[in-house]
Amino acid sequence: MSAVTARDVSKIYTQGDVKVTALGKVSLTVETGEFVALAGPSGSGKTTLLNLIGGLDTPDGGEVTVNGMAFSTMSSGDLAELRLTQIGFVFQSYNLIPVLTAEENVAYILRLQGVGKKERQERARAILNDVGLEDKYDRKPSQLSGGQQQRVAVARALVSNPAIILADEPTANLDSKTGDSLLQMMREMNQKHHVTFIFSTHDAMVMEAAKRIVSMKDGQIVADKTKC
Amino acid sequence: MNDLSLAWRNIWRHPRRSILTMMAIGFAAMLLVFMLSFQFGSYESMINASVKLATGHLQVQGKGYNTKPEMRNVVPTPKAIMDKLSKTQGVDSVTPRAQTFVLASSDTRIRGVLVTGVDPEREKEVFTIPSLIRNGDYLSDKAPNTVIVGALLAKRLNTGVGKELTLLGQSFDGSIAATVVTVRGIFKSGIDAVDRAAIQMLLTDFDDLFVMNGAVHTVVAIIDELSQTAPLKAALEKDPLLKPLAVLDWIDLTPGLKQSIQMDLVGGIIMYGILIIVVAFSILNTFLMAVFERTREFGVMMAIGTTPRRLVKVMLMESMFMTGVGILAGMVTGALLTVYFSHAGISMGGATDLMAQYGMSGRLYPRLSLLSLLVGPTIIGVVTFLTALFPALKIPHLKPVDAMKAV
Ligand SMILES: Nc1ncnc2c1ncn2[C@@H]1O[C@H](COP(=O)(O)OP(=O)(O)OP(=O)(O)O)[C@@H](O)[C@H]1O
Ligand SMILES: [Mg+2]
Repeated sequence: MSAVTARDVSKIYTQGDVKVTALGKVSLTVETGEFVALAGPSGSGKTTLLNLIGGLDTPDGGEVTVNGMAFSTMSSGDLAELRLTQIGFVFQSYNLIPVLTAEENVAYILRLQGVGKKERQERARAILNDVGLEDKYDRKPSQLSGGQQQRVAVARALVSNPAIILADEPTANLDSKTGDSLLQMMREMNQKHHVTFIFSTHDAMVMEAAKRIVSMKDGQIVADKTKC
Repeated sequence: MNDLSLAWRNIWRHPRRSILTMMAIGFAAMLLVFMLSFQFGSYESMINASVKLATGHLQVQGKGYNTKPEMRNVVPTPKAIMDKLSKTQGVDSVTPRAQTFVLASSDTRIRGVLVTGVDPEREKEVFTIPSLIRNGDYLSDKAPNTVIVGALLAKRLNTGVGKELTLLGQSFDGSIAATVVTVRGIFKSGIDAVDRAAIQMLLTDFDDLFVMNGAVHTVVAIIDELSQTAPLKAALEKDPLLKPLAVLDWIDLTPGLKQSIQMDLVGGIIMYGILIIVVAFSILNTFLMAVFERTREFGVMMAIGTTPRRLVKVMLMESMFMTGVGILAGMVTGALLTVYFSHAGISMGGATDLMAQYGMSGRLYPRLSLLSLLVGPTIIGVVTFLTALFPALKIPHLKPVDAMKAV
């Protein structure tokens, strides 16, 4: 079963009299365990597509499924539940709750899922170790570098063993070296935990890390290349 | 990481802002506790001063005497009434009085005055006029045919201690009553209406002069607790002995006093209302700011699966904690302040007009009661909770996608 399918999804924004087609009948299928980059210039619709796949926004047409579940048939409560258990999010910046430590930020997801205290701590620490932050459990976001904050965000997305992790320009605020190592780490997690990753970027260097690159332009997918 | 500790840490994101908010709430609560205690305290002093100057808490009179004081409308058997009152639980002291209007003339002047016949020993127990003698002495059973005269009246009559006055009036049976008395003392109550027109004489002299045959016009009672006035009055009204007579309380006897208190209270309530509105706006500002600056964070939290309900809950925990601490601190400081000043008193720098009118000195004593302690803080609590609810209830209307676009 495919991790994600999007069929003919479209999103049209109306600003006054002007209609902006952010996404025009886009279809995309991502298999479980894939590591997919969404590429394209600014305004091409990457964020819009990721938001639709993540169930944060509803399409004006078409259908999205995650692990075979169709969003259109789900209530908003179901959708929130699905986001909590099946989908991990990493945003460009300000991902973390500023008053919580790295460990607490990761454990917060587990708490929302009703996982017990001891297990929360174990799992949060294990995943933080995985992303290379074994000595940063007790740091608040403000005491971490941008790259470290993004690693915590990836750890938080990973900790609940979701079907997919959606990352919208996770490296945009990082220098290229830090960005590279974050991508490297995401790739490792992809292989180690068999989690599907879909991330957007407009950085050609970052794209190199991906096996599959989906290119977008003006709300359309213009290329879909898989490296051998 | 439970919601409570999340709320706790959120409060300390902006320590200065949170502390200022709590201080604003605390200050308002403190002010309300103190001011209400002060108002209630001064009302009690006013009532006590007025009651002890003349009226007492309760009086037994002939029916209709209070509105139309006629010489012949009397309490015929004061002894029985006084016994009855003295034996009633909660009554402190009782004294009989008789009074009428007469013409008083000195060598050179004539004035209409209200002459009251009193029992000096009983008056001395609780009433203040015996202690307000400026010249000479208060009445005494051993000095018959003497009077004490209000200070302003003495001046107008151009009389003084040791001089003689002629009193001319009508006695109980309608015959002319006339006598010559000696001024034994001059009193000054501070209330012009009294000092200008009142003289007191021995009740025994009054009885002889006006042929009262033992009857009086009123039996005055002072009771232990001001708050017991109404229940005592109600109980006495049911007594068969008092049925043919009228029982009046200080409100009936001094309607102006109650009105003054009500007016003052309304003025106070308006001021407190303004104070509470100001505090409410400060709370509103704090929480609108908090929601506004955390919009992006709420978006992220909702995106990763936090329910809006939970976010609202955390927000309300924050506001309730700050309100609670503020109010508690305000109540404690307000109570301490009140207790301190209820012993030390507050100098009013010369009594205000209102106070002077009811014969009060320039010192006021706030009085802490359950009412004055709880009313203000409760209102602040309710108002601030509702005010904090408004910004918190904006959260569920946020959509994660939009919220995350906020900076
Ligand atoms: N809320 C909105 N209202 C109106 N137009 C919108 C809104 N959100 C996005 N758009 C428009 O939709 C189009 C796609 O936007 P989107 O954010 O998906 O682009 P993007 O590929 O993520 O760009 P970037 O690389 O700059 O993040 C753009 O033309 C944008 O102006
Ligand atoms: Mg984007």
